[in-house]
Amino acid sequence: MSIKVENLSKYYGQQAAVNNISFEINTGEIVGFLGPNGAGKSTTMKMITTYLTPNNGKIFVNNVDTETNSMEVRRKIGYLPEQNPLYLDMNVLDYLEYAAELESVPKADIPKAIKKMVDVCGLGEVQHKDIGELSKGFRQRVGLAQAMIHDPEVLILDEPTSGLDPNQIIEIRNLIKKLGKEKTLVLSTHIMQEVEATCDRVLIINKGEIVADGSPDTLQSKFKGQLDITLILKKDSTDKALILKAVSSIKNIDKARILKEDENSIHFSLTGLKGSDVREDIFKKIVSMNMVMLGLHQEETSLEDIFRQLTKN
Amino acid sequence: MKNILTIFKKELRSYFNSPVAYIVIVVFLIITGWFFTSNLFISGVVTMRNVFDIIPFIFLFFIPAISMRTFSEEKKSGTIELLLTKPITDMDIVVGKFLATLTLTATALALTLIYVVSLTFLGPIDTGSIIGAYIGLLLMSGIYIGIGIFASSLTENQVVAFIISFLIVFGLFLLNKVLVFLPPEFASVLEYISVDYHFSNIARGVIDSRDIIYYLSGITIFLLLTRTSLESRRWS
Repeated sequence: MSIKVENLSKYYGQQAAVNNISFEINTGEIVGFLGPNGAGKSTTMKMITTYLTPNNGKIFVNNVDTETNSMEVRRKIGYLPEQNPLYLDMNVLDYLEYAAELESVPKADIPKAIKKMVDVCGLGEVQHKDIGELSKGFRQRVGLAQAMIHDPEVLILDEPTSGLDPNQIIEIRNLIKKLGKEKTLVLSTHIMQEVEATCDRVLIINKGEIVADGSPDTLQSKFKGQLDITLILKKDSTDKALILKAVSSIKNIDKARILKEDENSIHFSLTGLKGSDVREDIFKKIVSMNMVMLGLHQEETSLEDIFRQLTKN
Repeated sequence: MKNILTIFKKELRSYFNSPVAYIVIVVFLIITGWFFTSNLFISGVVTMRNVFDIIPFIFLFFIPAISMRTFSEEKKSGTIELLLTKPITDMDIVVGKFLATLTLTATALALTLIYVVSLTFLGPIDTGSIIGAYIGLLLMSGIYIGIGIFASSLTENQVVAFIISFLIVFGLFLLNKVLVFLPPEFASVLEYISVDYHFSNIARGVIDSRDIIYYLSGITIFLLLTRTSLESRRWS
């Protein structure tokens, strides 16, 4: 079940929430929409799920147009909206039954569908409780169960892990991974680790436009401009400016600056050129200057840094 | 049709699962009961007149109160987004909710049949006008519920929804009372729009197609307006 978006735009008044974006999602992919709040992730999802109508452009879910044939599209999609809205006064089983009926699951199959969702989402112990009494983690599972009750081919999850504690986040992520195996899955998030942990492919969205598209690994290698190196030296009588100059002169070191300084040590922040490894050279240089090295740490630019580079103003 | 039934069942259940329905029905019965009994033995007439006169007044508050949550609550909690992305039409949702609220009102009305039954022990009753009045009240409540649901679809704030629907309902109710102050050419038009005028026709036991058409078209108009209001999310 593929999703195809062509030149999609949506305006709120003068402001473009989504500005002429196009992309394609293939069957079976797990795609993450990554972007800061207000980037247009939710608006795009709302248009795919037919809640909103685009001002411009078209969306096809398995070649079915969302505008001219919205009922057919809706039947194929399972949707968990942002903030996971639920009927707090209903109990879990009643709610799932309601969701199944709304999704036109044949009457005879409803008990089976509910039972499957209760098992898959681990709702057994709370199935007779009112949703209002459940913890956030369980509510999220109910939201997921609701979205999948009719076994849709496409799952669209808007910030499925927001507001959960770290344990719950891991549980929900595992659940999503498990579900994603059989379905085309689109999720949105502003948390980097989430896409790294769950997605095959990332679309980084900023101010209504797609600024990057690719697997987490390719994005990392494509945008991997540099190495971040932290160097800690024991403080002695050597002049700081001299050290800085010496360190800067090492091959492949781009920039060097003093990060902070305390009683016993000086912290330097260095930037190394793409694809290099400068640790050995730094070590030799420091030894040649007869100084004591307390620490050396080298890190490649993370997806988080890429995200920040791409989305800051 | 099946979808309307699904929405209807869910809405009806949420009315009767919460204390709201019971409180509202009890208050309704207390007020109508007081008007039923207070004059009954003093006047010595076997009549439902007092009850049927007061119910349109009670409806002015009762119906905005029970219909204010229909869409406002879903808008506020965000469940409207779930509902509107399920494979059912907006009209199914509107009609399902309308019928559930109408059923709650009909339940309250049906409980007043106790008064009618107790009257039969006191003397002969005017069956025709009583049946007419009940049909009239049900149709009148239908138009009010249409207005209440429409108002509810405009805002996520239930209090605002209540006030809007009260103002519209009260306006329609008042029309018939201010006719004397208006030039006659206006008066006949306004009379036709007035809810009260048609009710008094039906309550006499005369069921005229003009009155029925008035109510049914009024209900249809407000249900369509509600659907338009739901759809307006797309244009914004």
